[in-house]
Amino acid sequence: MGRKLLLEHANVPGIETFEVYRKNGGYRSVEKALKTMSPQNVMEEVQASGLRGRGGAGFPTGMKWSFLAKPEGVPRYLLCNADESEPGTFKDRYLMEKIPHLLVEGMIVSSYALGCNQSYIYIRGEYMWVLEIVEKAIAEAYSNGFLGKNILGSGYDLDLAICPGGGAYICGEETALIESLEGKRGNPRIKPPFPAVKGLWGCPTVVNNVESIATIVPIVNDGGAEYAKIGIGKSTGTKLISACGNLAKPGVYEIELGLSVEEFIYSDEWCGGIANGKKIKACVPGGSSVPVLPANLITKTAEGADRLMTYESLAEGGFATGSMLGSGGFIVFDEDQCIVRNTWNFARFYAHESCGQCSPCREGTGWMEKVLRRIEHGQGHMHDIDLLAEINKKIEGNTICPLGDAAAWPVAAAIRHFREEFEWHVTHPDEAVKRNFGIASSHMPLI
Amino acid sequence: MSTIATNEYINQPEPEFSAEKMKEVQRIIGLFPEGKQKSALMRILHIAEEEFGGWLSVPTMNYVARLLNIQPIEVYEVATFYTMFNIEKPGKVVLEVCRTGPCMLVGSDQIIEHIEKKLNIKAGETSADGIFTLKTAECLGACGYGPMLQCGKHYHEHLTPAKVDELLDTLRKEHSDK
Amino acid sequence: MVKVIIDDIEVEVEPGTTILNAARKIGGDIVPPAMCYYSKLQGSGGKCRTCLVEVAAGSATDPRPMPKLVASCSTPVNDGMVVKNKTSQRVYDNRAAVTEFLLINHPLDCPVCDQAGECHLQDLGFEHGKERTRYEEKRRTFDPIDIGDKIKLHMNRCILCYRCVYTANQLTDQRVHGVMHRGDHAEISTYIEKAIDNDFSGNVIDVCPVGALTDKTFRFKSRVWFLKPMEASCECTKCAGKAVIWMFGDEIYRVTGRKDKYGEIEDIDGKTAWICNECRFDKKDKSMWKIEGPRVINRHSVISQNQYIADDQIESKKLTGK
Repeated sequence: MGRKLLLEHANVPGIETFEVYRKNGGYRSVEKALKTMSPQNVMEEVQASGLRGRGGAGFPTGMKWSFLAKPEGVPRYLLCNADESEPGTFKDRYLMEKIPHLLVEGMIVSSYALGCNQSYIYIRGEYMWVLEIVEKAIAEAYSNGFLGKNILGSGYDLDLAICPGGGAYICGEETALIESLEGKRGNPRIKPPFPAVKGLWGCPTVVNNVESIATIVPIVNDGGAEYAKIGIGKSTGTKLISACGNLAKPGVYEIELGLSVEEFIYSDEWCGGIANGKKIKACVPGGSSVPVLPANLITKTAEGADRLMTYESLAEGGFATGSMLGSGGFIVFDEDQCIVRNTWNFARFYAHESCGQCSPCREGTGWMEKVLRRIEHGQGHMHDIDLLAEINKKIEGNTICPLGDAAAWPVAAAIRHFREEFEWHVTHPDEAVKRNFGIASSHMPLI
Repeated sequence: MSTIATNEYINQPEPEFSAEKMKEVQRIIGLFPEGKQKSALMRILHIAEEEFGGWLSVPTMNYVARLLNIQPIEVYEVATFYTMFNIEKPGKVVLEVCRTGPCMLVGSDQIIEHIEKKLNIKAGETSADGIFTLKTAECLGACGYGPMLQCGKHYHEHLTPAKVDELLDTLRKEHSDK
Repeated sequence: MVKVIIDDIEVEVEPGTTILNAARKIGGDIVPPAMCYYSKLQGSGGKCRTCLVEVAAGSATDPRPMPKLVASCSTPVNDGMVVKNKTSQRVYDNRAAVTEFLLINHPLDCPVCDQAGECHLQDLGFEHGKERTRYEEKRRTFDPIDIGDKIKLHMNRCILCYRCVYTANQLTDQRVHGVMHRGDHAEISTYIEKAIDNDFSGNVIDVCPVGALTDKTFRFKSRVWFLKPMEASCECTKCAGKAVIWMFGDEIYRVTGRKDKYGEIEDIDGKTAWICNECRFDKKDKSMWKIEGPRVINRHSVISQNQYIADDQIESKKLTGK
């Protein structure tokens, strides 16, 4: 078992209460930061840690913080992105449900480092009961003097509140999140200006994922350098992986980055292999937006090297033979799953979640969904497959926000690796309808 | 189709929060700086939905707009954008079954089909007794615990047809005499 | 001032100027088309993606090309930036793709659309459209609705540029229409049956780049290219009273604001000359206007082709039908 920095105490009974959390070393980082460190010191530790944003893009958190504009007399805001909606990802929910105080603690230290006196957690509306858990934790932090005026006598003031969304994947995009938090439709903003300059209510704003913010706690406690010792290369520290799909033991795991994919899938310590003794057919390692990998490219790269759970190794081979670590939503498909059906499913998801603001995404995602639905239901043509490839190339990179890319990549990758399966649906329309679970005897080499 | 709300509820008087709920609403508005009360809209819409029959009628939305001192159209825009808000009157119980990839891999299609048969309705419809509305939802963040459905604030996970039957029976008992 | 090169032509502009406005300063055919950006409406732009251009060099200090095409209407220039619009095949291809996206659900009912002849989507389709559609699915449809007694909304034709929303926000005291729903079901609507009722609400017709919002007092009356646009003014207490009256013989068929070649209402005496509803909908008698002279239409448009002939010729045309 690797080290656990976030979930170490997740299963301690009562850890969701302030009292138990505090007894298990909680809020030490607030004491340390507010009493012995300047905001700049905290920022330096975060930079030294090499922490990369855990929401999916993997952008270095310390660097993101350094972009925050600090004009005189203008408030700055830290927003926590708890709008976890990427299919395959459910780690933030786990963290907030189990140890809400870890997020609250992370918010205090991070807000201190950024010089924010008012911070918000934006949580997806469906997690309403999690909102109540976190809100309770916030109230406890207030009554114990960790939030509010003059925290621990340091002179530092911070107010923290949590706000729900209303069911929109797009609000995980940081500017859509800001719009939503302003009580508007979740339409992503045109950038520039970036939130670091003009965010919530026109003020400089940083938006960080739940896990990123929680990770600030061990970074401050143990030091950035210590944190950076975990992991490989530019993938430092531990990461929460949401394992799901046809795995024997789906769930949320905290891994040290650098663990081999093979060990993660097959070891009993982790996912315990494929459910029901089946074989693996494909894997989407970083949430639905990232390219799917066929069986032969999951545990090994195209060059035959061991594939590791790191940002770099999963991306090895580019989009031709690689994928991305993304948000850590690790979705595994067994041999009986139909790639076409799943690709249609994801395309439908993105069409459903497109905000409809920019034309390539609004029209393109709906178009792809309709074509894929036809193919899956035995009404496809051979030229549809090339049409799909063409549409997704024209969405990719041409949209306001990354939702366009997120919609395009899975379709492109599915066609790239499983073209024969699409063709089979076209040439065997009757079977495609009757056996919509797909073709178990995939041509792909199965492990 | 075009979205023009033309149901029988449109001209009803605006509802009002109870004094107790109003306190909660004021607390929520107070979480935001002066003049930024519009930020409270989402949370208040959730509360309004809960309080006023499980959906947002035009009078309800107009009431919320007045509370926050914003234009009604701003509320309509938001209410129609976010999928959690019901702008049509649903049954007493809304079942939202997740159908996105990870849940589909573990059998959400079968669960949806099972409920459809059991209630003799299609997804999107309300059962004849007016108790259940069945909806499909996109990823609800329970991917490792699928198939699953959301009912109110509760997630029901690791569903099997037998578990669904049991849940439907319980819910029916709870709501049929109300 | 910063220097920027667009399609091999150098221009100097104020820092903070967008690529599109720098291109407009140069003028001519290197100006990217813009379906949603409207310089007189704050916050507009960035949505339709027809103005995408290639940035071959980011700036003098960092001459790396930008990896993605950028929306020229919302990307500010840097000193030494090199932009390719007409000179880039990549831009043409992607603009053609955006055009296709905008058209897949469009009804293509140009023969009965009042906007035909002055429609920006028509122009865009002409320049970038493919000769046949690849869209085999059912088109999304909405019923046409009245929003007020003078304005017709054909949602089928809408490209969701949001200009009318900004117009209502910025010109009127109360916005009663907006964007409902999302994704490819997003639609402009009042949500409840409600008239857009404000002195300046008619301007939503002028800003609409397509035939989604049309003037009911002009509906099906004539093709625009049979009309003669004249600059005219009137004494008006609500607006500047500077308009274009579209005449057929002695009759005024419709009144619009004075639009420049980008379809934007012109500034007169330093102020955007939006016209009020009374001028637009009610002043249809020639005696109510002082005619200043023919309006020069310098867009590539059928309207500009056949206009500047004497009144008597129009009269004879009317009689002979030729």
